[in-house]
Formats: sequence, structure tokens, C-alpha cells
Amino acid sequence: MKPAPFEYVIAESWDAAAALLAEHGDDAVILAGGQSLVPVMNFRLAQPAVLVDVNPVADGAYLRIDADRLRVGALTRHVRFEAPQVGGPLGALFPRVARHIAHLPIRMRGTFGGSLAHADPASEWCTLARTFDAVMVARSVRGDRRIDASDYFQAALVNDLADDEVLREIELPALGPDWACGFAEFNRRAGDFAIVQSVAAFELHDGRIVDARIGIGGAAEVPWRADTAEAVLAGAIPSASLFEEAGAAAAESVGELMTDRQASAEMRRDLVRVMVSRALEDALAAGVER
Amino acid sequence: MTRISLRVNSVDHDIEVEPRHSLADALRDRCGLTGTHLGCEHGVCGACTVLVGDEPVRACLMFAVQADGRAVRTVEGLDDDGAFNALQQAFHEQHALQCGYCTPGMLMLATWLVERGTPVSDDELREVMSSNLCRCTGYRNILRAVRSVLDGAGS
Amino acid sequence: MTVIGKSVPRLEDRALLTGMGRFAGDRNFDGQLHMRVVRSTVAHGRIVSVDTGAAAAMPGVHAVWTGADVADIPPIDLRPGSALQDLEKCRQHILVQEIVRYVGDPVAAVFADDPHRAEDAAELVWAEIEELPPVVGLMDPPGEFAPGVSTEPAVFEKGYGDVDAAFAAAAHIVECELSVGRHAGVPLETRGALAIWNDAEARLEFHAAAKIPHTNRIALAALLGLELDQLHLFEGHVGGGFGVRGEIYPDEVLVNLAAMHFRRPVKWIEDRMEHLVAANHSREQTHRIRAAVDADGLVRAIDDEFWFNQGAYARTHGATVPTVSATMLPGPYKVPAYRAKGHIRLTNVTPAGTYRGPGRYETSFVREGLLDRIAAELGLDPLDVRRVNLVAPDEMPYERPFEVGGKPIQYDSGDYPKSLQRFLDHIGYDALRRDMAARREAGEMAGAAVICFLELGGDGPFDDVRVEMAADGAVEVVTGVASVGQGAETVIAQVCAETLGIDYAGITVTHGQTDRIERGQGARASRVTVMTGNATHKAALGVRAILLETAAGLLQTAAEELEISGGTIRVAAAPEGGPSVTVADAAAETLRASSGDRIAVEETFENDRATYSFGAQMAAVSVDPRTAGVTVERFAVAYDIGRAVNPMLVEGQLVGGAVQGIGGALLEEFLYDEAGQPLSVTFADYLMPTAMEVPDVECLVLEEAPSTTNPLGLKSGGDPGITGAGAAIAAAIGEAIGRPGSVARLPVSPMRLREILTGPA
Repeated sequence: MKPAPFEYVIAESWDAAAALLAEHGDDAVILAGGQSLVPVMNFRLAQPAVLVDVNPVADGAYLRIDADRLRVGALTRHVRFEAPQVGGPLGALFPRVARHIAHLPIRMRGTFGGSLAHADPASEWCTLARTFDAVMVARSVRGDRRIDASDYFQAALVNDLADDEVLREIELPALGPDWACGFAEFNRRAGDFAIVQSVAAFELHDGRIVDARIGIGGAAEVPWRADTAEAVLAGAIPSASLFEEAGAAAAESVGELMTDRQASAEMRRDLVRVMVSRALEDALAAGVER
Repeated sequence: MTRISLRVNSVDHDIEVEPRHSLADALRDRCGLTGTHLGCEHGVCGACTVLVGDEPVRACLMFAVQADGRAVRTVEGLDDDGAFNALQQAFHEQHALQCGYCTPGMLMLATWLVERGTPVSDDELREVMSSNLCRCTGYRNILRAVRSVLDGAGS
Repeated sequence: MTVIGKSVPRLEDRALLTGMGRFAGDRNFDGQLHMRVVRSTVAHGRIVSVDTGAAAAMPGVHAVWTGADVADIPPIDLRPGSALQDLEKCRQHILVQEIVRYVGDPVAAVFADDPHRAEDAAELVWAEIEELPPVVGLMDPPGEFAPGVSTEPAVFEKGYGDVDAAFAAAAHIVECELSVGRHAGVPLETRGALAIWNDAEARLEFHAAAKIPHTNRIALAALLGLELDQLHLFEGHVGGGFGVRGEIYPDEVLVNLAAMHFRRPVKWIEDRMEHLVAANHSREQTHRIRAAVDADGLVRAIDDEFWFNQGAYARTHGATVPTVSATMLPGPYKVPAYRAKGHIRLTNVTPAGTYRGPGRYETSFVREGLLDRIAAELGLDPLDVRRVNLVAPDEMPYERPFEVGGKPIQYDSGDYPKSLQRFLDHIGYDALRRDMAARREAGEMAGAAVICFLELGGDGPFDDVRVEMAADGAVEVVTGVASVGQGAETVIAQVCAETLGIDYAGITVTHGQTDRIERGQGARASRVTVMTGNATHKAALGVRAILLETAAGLLQTAAEELEISGGTIRVAAAPEGGPSVTVADAAAETLRASSGDRIAVEETFENDRATYSFGAQMAAVSVDPRTAGVTVERFAVAYDIGRAVNPMLVEGQLVGGAVQGIGGALLEEFLYDEAGQPLSVTFADYLMPTAMEVPDVECLVLEEAPSTTNPLGLKSGGDPGITGAGAAIAAAIGEAIGRPGSVARLPVSPMRLREILTGPA
């Protein structure tokens, strides 16, 4: 389990990284935290000829509120989301999501952008990005390209980035104070990839839900947005039975459920139902606390 | 081959590595420090945990070239001229090791936790130490040993 | 002064805590080659050709071997006494000769100057394999291993009493099918081997030996065509054993053969993916079992038919696991009539050997599951069913009248009901059951259960120990055992120190070096403390007698009047400050008088009986009814070890074993797809418990019934933590979900538990 040989080059800026990708094409792979890529290289399932280390990129790690957008630098380590970084409902959600990602030393190395570039179907950040319609900002020698989450995730471990593009920033909506966000996940051991997870959020006005987002990870090849379940919530007053109904709608909505030895498609469908309702409960509890 | 410099346990090592050599391989094969063990080489077991700067790192998932110029701490740097430090002593007294293969990684992870200097709840202790696998002890005595040092350090 | 029975810290710890361990990967010899094994990627097929040209042409590559290069090496033998019927015809060659039989079967070996380059070259070895249909499932119909040899190479029966009559007269008959999945020991250190041809001594040296160096020396010498004195094995640090490490596998033989052949040191370090497909698996068996039962739950007879998945080949353990399964299934219960029919089957998956508690983990689950069914079907309290069946103290020693190795099984000592009651008191059983019942009443799925088990160990037939004392009083205990991390050095030093009246911390214990002592039995089957402990005691008594004789001369008294304590010999009846001589001075005087450089006494302790001990385990769990996730809230182990040399180390074995057993009960399993492709090849798929999945295991170390098989009264302690863990978790889950006895297969994955929860009641 030693990786195949490769050339190692350092990029100290996104432009430098983009130039290296332009030069080497699909022979090159970006190395960020390396917590997913390096195992795959050790298994020799990935054998890049050139490894472009972007860790030294200046100002690659940040969380910034910019008008109504929350900008996340691609090199922001997972662990940074465990302590309150930004205010608002999303800021309150981050720690609850982040602590489900692998284990602490992994979280101290692994990056937000790296997770999105890896595009694992059970990645917490991918599910979160899909839930909130994140925009992925990719840099190439042609400049920046903005990719909507709905277009970005194409299949398990496959995203819309071209061979010469490097993901440098992720934009999320800076949710207003009336939003409540929640998360739930089921796995067999702490730190394992989720079998099913859900990010759920809703906006409350006068005790009624006026807008809602429900995202599901681990169930299908790509993170799933359950808009029929969102419709169930719209205009309703939060309650346990409403959340159950939304969970049921979400479970019905997912097409092409994955099946493996951990969980059949049928079991995943049941878990979607449970995780969505629990994520909504979590959101309600978080909202009340605030 | 690339020439890099690692400062390991306060000693400079100028070594030649291939880019594909992991930090663990470099420590073991180039620096002669075999206390850092490889248990899975895919980042799950944590046996290879070392401190790079002040942070615990899976040394199987970092290439040695990435640590060029960095300060690295390994299990060999814990004792004081043969005298156990508090963590080593606690592991010894609490029978927190059997075969000893996971022990260096456990010690380095615990070192980070102890040196962080903030209060650690029992739940947090368990969660942090769950980063590393042990196949012999069933964890109980490892948690007790680290807890005893945290309590001592806090008093 | 006494040190037996004290929880003193270990002698082994210093090197391991300071990074000074000498594990297989830590050793290097100048000019060494690194081996990389090329393994079959298909489960069953015929090799058409193996192209090694590209690999051999790579820079740094010294040689590439295929089956043809090692065709003169016989397949690896089963351990003497472990063969059965046609099993010997199903042994494994060190490189495949014609038919690959599992994913991981060694097809070629690359030798290069660097481990990275060896792996680069191995990728270029191209084996063309014509695929054959695989047999993957244990219960699939058997096929043909070779012309005239079935993939069910052995079927055997063990039993006693009139089973048919008992069933004919039975008030109730309870039957069920119970299965255990495929687990393995999976030590944190993978396997490794390092061999060097020592020209000066004209011998081959195998470093990184483990578990049974002396036994393996004999077997390896035979395979390699060497005289015994041309081969020596040396044990360094060992990163966990659990039955799987230290057996002779193809890889270790290849390393030794290559070192002989190339006259260069050869090193091999297994990687984790290899380990999970190449090292022995264990456990997988399915039982169809029925019991003839009285109205009060007393079992009159058990009739069991079971199938054991040996995987692709018979390996060194031969029929050990299924045989032990058959003989240990009745456990601590009377069972007056018993019949077990075992089928050993070969399939196209990784071969099997032992894993800690072999045959006992599996059959404890089966037996206790059967008792839970009996309780459920007869409306009895599960603990009452156990109590009514336990062997009574006045029946000790209890004979189980079937033969193992030519002798009937005899349980040497114990008061099982009393030990069980002490455990129940210790854990607060009644309050726990009430609490769980109240939680279920309130709508939760929560439950607790206690199960019983029987452990065996302390296996003979002999152990040799030589105790040596130098003129300065320094003591070395030279043994033929091995250390797998369990604390053997400390325990042996404690026994020696106790006998000699000196400090245990100054004693050196040597193990696993075949050039230091002629014979040895190693560290298998939970035997070290019992066998080596007693041999150490015997040899140390010899040294003691010599010291006392010398001291008697010096102190002008009779040797019988003297005692040794704290390293000083004095007249036992004399007041403090009376005449005395130190052990070191007595040693120096002895050696001066005899012109020797060491006092050395070698003794053999022989024992043809195993120790049998009672244990019980308790699990308390809760189940999330909507996800079928299980949380283990409490876990406790009680074990009667007869006499604990070091209670802290005994607890260490119990806790560690229990957590492994919980892993096997809930998480761990080697899975395959229909084509025989392994699905558990990384630590992300073979799920071992972390600190988050297990509670702090509680222990009750009992010293109720010292063994009658040995002078020190010791019993085995390596395996009991794991033995009942699968049974306890399954029983607790059955309680929690209100369906006692419903868990029919381990591990209880969420998917399997979901099937139970959604299935018919």
C-alpha cells in the first residue's frame, strides 16, 4: 500500500494551481487536506502523475460574510467549523455537522473544498452544499466559473469540475435570523461515513414555516434535495407529525437509492424518513434555543 | 529524490525522500525513528499519529515533502532521558497498553489533548481518543490513564 | 512478602512506551530485499499464464517467482494431530500451482531493493486466469476440490449418551438455526517476516517469529528441506496475536526460501488490505440445533448438526476450530446426552484458522441462544433455565464422557452456581432487570441479559523453563513460550520472584528464541501462565534449594531453617537483625565453590489436562427502533481464574477480549459478493469498535476454585473476555426488543436487526 510515483509541485496561489492544471491536464490532481485522496493513492486506485499541493495557497482558508453570502475558502479545515465561526443559524449548524466528519485528526487536516471536490455521496459538506444551493467557484486559466450545486454533483465521486479547474471557494446563503437548521445522521460507528444523513432547515414567520430546505446524503449517488418534502412544510406549523409527514415525503422522493451490504435500498428509504424528521426536530430545537 | 529538512523532537534531520514517501515512512526509514507505527496506511487506525507543529496528524496521510521545514514530535521525544513523562507513567500504571503497537499513536494524540490545556469532559475524551484503534485493551484503561493526567494537569 | 496476586506494573512497558519496540517492520539488515506478493484477483480459476517479464525488467527488481519456481516445496502441513479425513489433501502451496481458490491466493512474489519499487513491479505481473465458478456460501452444495476430493473433506461426530431415547421421551423439543459470521483477530500490526542466511553459522535465521517459534521451526525446516540445527527463529515485539499471527502462511515460507536461495536478507511487511484477505479468517459456522427439555427447562439432550466454513484451503490449525466447537458446545451445563455432527466445508474465500476463544465464542452464542429459546417457549425465566442446568459443585471434577486427544474431558474445579450468584450481586442484576423492564414499559427498547460460559486453556503437554542466576544475583528465566502482548514476561517474573524471594522487576524473561532453549510450546490456547508459570515455579525451586544449601553453610544452620525474603536469606525463626546473607552473596559463593558462571536449573512441567473455568457475562443494550442501531450501555464479565497471578493483567485480558467480542457481535464481518470478491478489505469496511462503540467493561475476577491440574492452582485467562460476548449481546438485544432468542445470526447488523423487527413475531 505504497502510492505509485508522482511529481510533487507546490502552488502558492489559485492562479498558480490553475496554470499547473492547464499544463498537466488530467495527469494532475489537486492535493488539499489529503484525507480522502491519499488513502486512495495508497490503495493505488488513483495514480496521478503530478500532485499539485495547494495547502500553501495564501488566503485559501476563510469564512466570510459578504452581504447576503457566506464565502468559504476551499482550504478551510473541517475543525474550524466546530467552534462558532460566524453567527446566524448556519453558524450554529456548522459545529453540529462538523463533528460527524471522521475523527479529530482527520478534521484538523481535511478541508471543506476537498470534501466537495471528492464528492463522496455521504459527505456531510456535500449534502449541506446541495441543501442550501451552494455555488462552487472554480478557477482555471480562463478565470472563475460559478457552478450551482444542482449541476455540480453528477455521480458518486464525480463532479462538474473540468480537468483544469480548481475549486477555490464555496458560496452559501447567509441565512436570516428566522431560519432554523438541523442535522441528523445514521452510521454504524462514530466517525464512519453516514449510511443516511439529512440537513434540514426552515424559515419561521409568526409560528409558520414560510420556506424550507431538505437535503439528504448517503441515500443516492449524489446529494438529494427533497422538494416534495419542502412543499409539505411550506405554510405549516412545526409539529412532530408534520416532520413525520415531511420525512415520509422525502423518502418517497428519492429515486435510485443505493444498496450495499450495510443497508438495502429499502432500509435506506426508511432511514431517509427517520433522518429527515430527526433533522427537522433538531432544527426546531436549535431554533427554540436561539 | 528530494532533499527535505525535518525537525524531529528538536533534532534536525536533512534527508532525501521521494515525493511518494509518507511522513511515517520518512520518520521510520530515513530518520531511524521506528516508534511511529503503521497500522493501516489509509488513515483509519491512527497508529501513526504524530504531532506536526502542534497538531495531531496521521503520518500515513501526509507526504514527507509536505512536512519540509516543520517541527515534528514523535513518541521517542516524550521521555526525559529515560524517565517517563506523566502520560507514559499513567499508561504504565493503569495497564493502558498490551501489545504496544497502537501505543505511540495513542500517546501522541493524548499529548495533544493534554497540552491543549482546556477542560476535557469525559465524553470529549472518549470522542477524541476514539480517533485511534486499539485491538488489545478495550480502551477502558487508556481512557483512565489519559483522564488521570488531565486531572493532574488541571489541578 | 508475596508478589503472586499483586497488580504490579508490567516489565514489558518501558520499550513500548518510549518507541523502542522491535516489531517486524522495525528490523532491517544490510542488503535486504523486499518481497511483494502478487495475489489472485479472482475467487476461483485456472492459471493460463503468468507474465513476469515487465516486472522483472524494472530497475531494482532482483527476481520474480511464480508457482513453477517453487514447485518442489510441498504444501504447508497441518499441525500434528489436527488433520481429519481428507483435510490434508486440501493444503495450500506457497504459490499457486494451477488453481487459484480465493481472492488473495498468492500467485507470484517480487523481490526488489525497496518496498515501493517491489509494489510498482508487482503491479506489472500479469496473471491470465481462466475463471471457474466459485462456491461462496457455506450452505451452498459442495463441489469438488480436486478429482475425488470433495469440498466437504471431513464430516465428524462427537457425542455421548442416548440422544434418541431422550428426544423420544422429551416433554418439549426446542429447535433453532443459529449462525456466526466471518471474523478475524486483526491485530493492529500486520504480519511481517525477515529472514537472513547466516553464513558464519551456516544457518537460516527467521526474525519476527511469533506465537509458536519452536513448533514453527520444526515445520519450516521440513518445508525448506533443512536440518533442524540449520534454522533458528527469533521473536521480537509482536503487535497482537489473537490466534491469527504466528502461523505458517505461504508468505513467511517464501521469505525464508528466498533468503536461503538468494543468500540475502529478505523482508516482507504485509499491508492492511493484504492482511484482510490473506491472514486467517475464523468463526463462520451455522448450527441446526435442537434440545430435549423437561418442563422446568432441564435439558435432557442436545442434538446439533453444524457446518464450518474453512475457506479455500485447510491451514495449519486443521480441524481445530470445528472440533473444539463440537466438544465445548455443552459448556458449563450438564447435558446428559449429546450429539454433534460437524461438516467442514471449503469455499472460495480466505482460508480459516483460529481467533481468540476458537469454538467457544461461536458455540456460546449457539448454546445460550438455544437456552433463551427454551425459556421463551416454556415461559421460564432465562436465568432459571441456566441455573437448573449448571453443573453442581458436588459433581466436580465433572467428566464429559467424550474423548479429546484420547482423554475424556474433565472439568477440574468450580462452584458454578455460586460464581454466577456473586456476579449477579456484583452487577446489581435484580435492580438492572427492574430498571430495564420499566424502560420497556415506558416504550423504550432496552434490555439486559446474563449468559454463562465455560473456558478452557492451560494446555500441555509440557513446558521447559531454565532459571539462571549469575554471581551478582541477576536472574534470567529462559522459556519456550512467546509473547503476543499479553504480559507473559511480567507474570513469569512474578512467579519466579515469589519462589526465590526476590524483586520481580530485576528478572529478565527470555522467550521465543529457539537458540536459547531446545523445546517450547509457545503462546497458544491461553496456556502461558498455567504451563510456563508452573515450570518456572519448579525450576526456581531448584535454584532456591541450591541457594539455601550454600546459605546454610555460610550461616551455620540447616537449609530447612532458612527463608528468603526481599533478596535476603535468613533464619526463619530468628528475630530481625539476626544472621543473614543476601541472595547475590549466596549465588557468588555457590559459583565460587563450583567454579561455574551461572547457577542454572532446567525443569519440565508436564500436564495432560486442560483447565476448565466458569464465567458469566452481562450486556445491557438499548435499540433505536427506527434505525435498528444498538447502543451497548453496560457490559460486565465475571471469570473464575482459580488464582490470579496479576489481577490487573487478568482484567486487561477480560476487558480487551470483551470489546473484541462486542465487535464480532455488532460490527465485524468479512463479506463477499456472489463472485467471491471480498467486500471487507479496508478498515472502513471491516468495522472494529472504537472507544465510542463500547462502554467501560466491568470485571469481576473470581478466585473461587483453584485448578487441581497444577501445583500453583492456576487457570487460563487469555480468552474468557471474548467467549460469551456474542451470546450476551444477542440475549440482551432479544430482551430489549421483547423477542427473546430471536437473534439468530452474528453480527447483529442494523440490516439484520431490522429484518427481525419488521418480521413476524
